[in-house]
Amino acid sequence: MKLSRKWLEAFLRRPLELQDTVRRLALLGAPVDAIEPLHQELEGVVVALVDEVRPHPNADRLRLCTVDDGSGERRQVVCGAPNVTAGKRYPFARVGVTLPGGVTLDTRKIRGELSEGMLCSARELGLGQDHDGILELDLTVAPGTPFLDAMPIRDDRLVIDVTPNRPDLLGHKGVARELAASFGVPLRLPEIPGAELLDVPPATRSEGAPVVLDGVRVALEDRLGCHRLLAAVIRGVKVGPSPAWLADRVSAAGVRSINNVVDATNYVMLELDHPMHAYDLARLQGPTLWVRRARHSETVITLDDEARVLDPGITVIADERGAIGVAGVMGAAHVEVTDATTDLVLECAWFEPRGIRRTRKQLEITTEASFRFERGVDLWGAGDALRRCIEIILATAGGTMSVPPADIWPMAAHPPRVFLRPARVTRVLGVELPVARIEQYLTAIGATVLAKPDDARIAVDVPGWRPDLVEEIDLIEEVARMHGYDAFPGELRPFRLGELADATIEVAADRVRRGLSALGVSEAQSLPFSAEDGQWSVRLRNPLAADEGCLRRRLLPGLVRQAELNWANQVGAVRLFEVGSVFVTGGPGQPPSEERRVAGVVTGPRGPRHWSNSEAKVYDRWDVKGLFESAVALAHPDALVQVEGDEWVAVTPDGQVVGRAGAQAADAPPWADPLFGFELSLDPAPRFPVRFRPLPAFPAVERDLSLTVPDEVPAVRLERVVARAAGDHLEAIGVRDEYRGPKVPAGTRGLTLRLTFRDAGRTLRDSEVDGAVNRVMSALLREAGVQLRTS
Amino acid sequence: MTEHPVLAALAPRLALVPSLDAAQLEAEETAVLGRKSGALSGLLKQLAELPEEERRRVGQAANHLKAQFEVAFAERRGALAQAGVAAARASVDLTMPGRGRWVGSLHPVTQVMDEILGIFRELGFVRVVGPEAETEWHNFTALNFPADHPAMDLHDTFYVDTGDRRATEHDRRRGRSSGLFPAQERRSVPDRRRPDVGQVLLRTHTSPVQVRTLLQHRPPIRAVMPGMVYRKDPFDQSHAPAFLQLEGLVVDDGVSFVDLKATLTHFARRFFSARTSVRFRPSYFPFTEPSAEMDVECQLCGGAGCGACKGTGWMEILGCGMVHPHVLRNCEVDPERYTGFAFGMGPQRLAMQRYGITDIRLLYSGDMRFLSQFTG
Repeated sequence: MKLSRKWLEAFLRRPLELQDTVRRLALLGAPVDAIEPLHQELEGVVVALVDEVRPHPNADRLRLCTVDDGSGERRQVVCGAPNVTAGKRYPFARVGVTLPGGVTLDTRKIRGELSEGMLCSARELGLGQDHDGILELDLTVAPGTPFLDAMPIRDDRLVIDVTPNRPDLLGHKGVARELAASFGVPLRLPEIPGAELLDVPPATRSEGAPVVLDGVRVALEDRLGCHRLLAAVIRGVKVGPSPAWLADRVSAAGVRSINNVVDATNYVMLELDHPMHAYDLARLQGPTLWVRRARHSETVITLDDEARVLDPGITVIADERGAIGVAGVMGAAHVEVTDATTDLVLECAWFEPRGIRRTRKQLEITTEASFRFERGVDLWGAGDALRRCIEIILATAGGTMSVPPADIWPMAAHPPRVFLRPARVTRVLGVELPVARIEQYLTAIGATVLAKPDDARIAVDVPGWRPDLVEEIDLIEEVARMHGYDAFPGELRPFRLGELADATIEVAADRVRRGLSALGVSEAQSLPFSAEDGQWSVRLRNPLAADEGCLRRRLLPGLVRQAELNWANQVGAVRLFEVGSVFVTGGPGQPPSEERRVAGVVTGPRGPRHWSNSEAKVYDRWDVKGLFESAVALAHPDALVQVEGDEWVAVTPDGQVVGRAGAQAADAPPWADPLFGFELSLDPAPRFPVRFRPLPAFPAVERDLSLTVPDEVPAVRLERVVARAAGDHLEAIGVRDEYRGPKVPAGTRGLTLRLTFRDAGRTLRDSEVDGAVNRVMSALLREAGVQLRTS
Repeated sequence: MTEHPVLAALAPRLALVPSLDAAQLEAEETAVLGRKSGALSGLLKQLAELPEEERRRVGQAANHLKAQFEVAFAERRGALAQAGVAAARASVDLTMPGRGRWVGSLHPVTQVMDEILGIFRELGFVRVVGPEAETEWHNFTALNFPADHPAMDLHDTFYVDTGDRRATEHDRRRGRSSGLFPAQERRSVPDRRRPDVGQVLLRTHTSPVQVRTLLQHRPPIRAVMPGMVYRKDPFDQSHAPAFLQLEGLVVDDGVSFVDLKATLTHFARRFFSARTSVRFRPSYFPFTEPSAEMDVECQLCGGAGCGACKGTGWMEILGCGMVHPHVLRNCEVDPERYTGFAFGMGPQRLAMQRYGITDIRLLYSGDMRFLSQFTG
């Protein structure tokens, strides 16, 4: 919402200091987003006195003026305005000044006569549409006085954020009401120049029957979509540019000045938050103003020259021929008020917010009117709003209203009454406020506090402009707001701990993050969207882009993409992991299933390049296997790493595959090193503490066995055979070395195993270890065809 | 009285010790003092065979010579070591760079999240999580969002296609699998108490976790709820369609607006600095009332007003409020007996402020040049 500082000041009858106003509005719940000083482009314009006016020798319609601009020198200015008069004061733009339209004045000859500057019209100064002549100033200030100092137009626009629950702040009156409460000053409507003597009669109520108003039939048929319809007929208006005060007000609030009638309706919308609409009576068929549902496929060309196709879900304003406006959203072009209009029908209605919301979403237009109706305007304030609009039109465009306005209000009701228990205020807000203070706060927002019933409740009639106040808690918030959030104490009070435990999946995620970063891998995050990735992908019904049409089913593709981006940045050393959610479909009508996982990728050198080793080793498959084993120990300690094809998988004791690791295909530049990756689900099961094993008191005995191993026998099988045959003293088996080449028979490789033996209670004798090694060797020969290497 | 021949032979060698090199020194030490074959050791072993008078005399002389040799050897060893260091210094350039190792890092947002969680942990909060794909009921209805209300405009929502053309009842009986881990049966069993759950969507805030927590646990509740949330915003410098949020919830008998202010003020002073000014101002969220935004004094200009705080001197940090009675009632908690407060903040925005990051897309980039700056 764009607010004019001057307009607010007119309500409060006091000046507003900007920083102070910004602070007050923030603390009232309407933070100021921006402050825009207005009319700054008029900084160079001064008040000038025209000393003398002579005819232009070469042009009938131009005059030569001698102008006193306070500089001490007299300037000659060529002027085409018919109203320029010697002895009067006008706004004057000197040479070098840039006007709001972007024109910079220079000295030039017009029909052979020198012109040094320009006497300006209201339109040239951006102060309305009036261009009939230059702006005559009814002032006595010295020539040379800056125009902005001499005229009461210096203003600031405050752009405030209005939350959806506060439609009243979409009008200057609502914001002024808040400031009045903050300052503790009364709130009064600004006076309308020229309306002081007007006496607009009150509207005539109808319970719902159509009425004929000064020859116009007014009917409310769609009572669900429109709860109240007011109309007025004004004849004999003179449509034209708005007076400066009106044009200035609406444009200060960010609405373009159009003419005195349209500006009057906009003024009321911006002041009282009640949109209304004026129609050219001569163009209404019937003439009728009829609120009804649209017909099937009924079309209307709206003010923005768009043809809109309507349906019976939409409320329209219609005449005898068809729709003349989409109710609460936009009027039709063919009934719009123009300079030729003499007779008007004014419509001021209350449209049902949800209907307006559906309509504007369906038609994909949001207007100042729909924005307000959607949030709820003051049902009870419609009469005052119409009356104010009529006053402005009569004062600025003339005309007469011979019949009081009509007010069709079928289900008239009082604003709701809400009960408030002071004890509940204390309970929710944590401090006890005197009842008198509570009543004072509620009165300040415009509520009426009624005599107290005896059951410790206060009865409150809430104001019509606050549709958000419907129950006790809403009033408690108002009490807190008026008391000032800052006025509440902020010391910690004793509290009870809950019985919930920290989420185990988060504990697991912490452990994995810490573990992997300690292994030299950096944590990355990525957007959880992907292209379709197999039949189990979860599709979005309204994705941002087709290649992000699904929720990710795996983390690895995202990390591979990030590795590719690093390559694109000439970064070849990439070590990334991510902890995140993946999704698979959950069956018809069911939410997707989600799982938390960790994934990682590595490529490039294993360590920072150092001068001492000429060639830094790059990550290979054994690095990723080791990383994967570490990750499994962190994330899924009960799973075992096994081989499956070219990859490794992590398998739980009950046979579930919970992780996978191996080489990754990627769009790699030729210089890039191989990319490896893994992905693993996080086990949310809580971990049991590690059991301490006593430290060994006796030495171990190590034996290295150099074996000739047939190619088809994997290391893991050797380990199994050794473990079974070696006996209880075997503490560890390690693979020390692998040899492939001419020194072993074809179809075999050389493997060196290191066996570690130990007894917890004594030093082992050589003969015992020799016996174990002999058992191991015979088992290896028998079960795997493995012998000691001979060469 | 002649000197023992062994001692006579050894004595001149004492003077030569200072001129020996390292290898010679080692050999000479062994030759003179060696336990098995050293000349002096041998002599001392043989003392027992000498007559009483001579034994004492030779013994004294031998021990005296042994002590002299020991001192000479130690001195020479020290001198050689010093010379070695000097020689090494001459041949090794110690200013050459040391051997480094890769250092991993936690994501800057994780670091900030951990810090925030640590502060709330001190205040007795525990973590609770919930699903990212939610039902309309949990995300909106239970949280008091009116249907067809402008409040929904701030929550541009992604909806999930739960169409039945791909998964059949037969498939489900056979056991669903994700494809990546084919044998795995899915574990997630979300709470689906409500029959009228509505459409499935990606949660627009972490607040539905409040609903799940309140439905599953009785007060007192003190919980924080971290997690990813989704809004249909284009991915640009300051918006991401998926971002992290941290929600908090306290519900108990007697929890008031004062507790809300105190708890969150404490958080702000711990996270920023003990003297940071904090202010609360009215706001609107359908699921809290009274609702508030918490501002802290702008950390760039110290409250004087700058471009970053739009001249106000304040930075918006989080939204909060007293849990709306409708929400408690929707979650089967009696609002007359229990009250509570809730809050929500964006750890990514806090991280960006803290580290001076101006483009949110960097957080999702996986760019090593970016991530490796946060190894500290």
